[in-house]
Amino acid sequence: MVARRLVLERCAQVAGLLAAAGLLPSAARAAWPQAAFDAKNLADAVKALGGSAPVESKDVTLTGPDIAENGAVVPVGCACSLPGLKRLALLVEKNPNTLAAVFDVTDALEPNFSTRVKMGQSSNVFAVAMLGDGKVLYAQKEIKVTLGGCGG
Amino acid sequence: MAADPMRIRAQAQGDKAVVRVLMSHEMETGQRKDSAGKTIPAWFIQEVTAAHNGKTVLNAEWGPAVSKNPFLQFTIKGAKAGDKITVNWVDNRGEKRSDEATVT
Repeated sequence: MVARRLVLERCAQVAGLLAAAGLLPSAARAAWPQAAFDAKNLADAVKALGGSAPVESKDVTLTGPDIAENGAVVPVGCACSLPGLKRLALLVEKNPNTLAAVFDVTDALEPNFSTRVKMGQSSNVFAVAMLGDGKVLYAQKEIKVTLGGCGG
Repeated sequence: MAADPMRIRAQAQGDKAVVRVLMSHEMETGQRKDSAGKTIPAWFIQEVTAAHNGKTVLNAEWGPAVSKNPFLQFTIKGAKAGDKITVNWVDNRGEKRSDEATVT
């Protein structure tokens, strides 16, 4: 047991050294919210991004197909017309890591983004809007996938 | 730069411009295994930024769930024909790519 603990400690030390030297890719860019992208569900991801408990709202729109033929490329869009919007995020509930993308909204942009995401299986997709006053709103839509996007 | 250029199209629509970007990237999730059963390491775009005439207007953080050869569409207010749009990305290996387009 003692030996195993030692090995574990050594590993942690080495990892720490690598991180300090900027050799670990994830540690090299601190701006990227690692914890949020590691989250397994909506509430955890929002919390890791610094938001409160999300509330469903009609002011957030999520566009996407009802049925996606190919889970590797599912076109989705998110939009929110509320003032004071800070961030828009796209999440796929049943993916291994829920969070797919985060967009920081500035005044120079229309709060409307479209992209394409992968979906492992049929699942709820969330568009989350984080407002300047700390409110977190979301919209959800179920997208059925006929062919998963995570298969080998 | 290792990666292929992005395809950027920026079209003026009234007092704003719709920008569509197609990036060329594997976007490997780190979940898949190769034929020998070894996990293929994750390799994906982490950060995307866009600038309008040199001023940053968009910051986005992406996870591996964004599709291979990612597509992104956004709208810049107050952009007109002739303006320059620059799009940059950085992936989790630290590779970068920057491309520029003119609003038409």
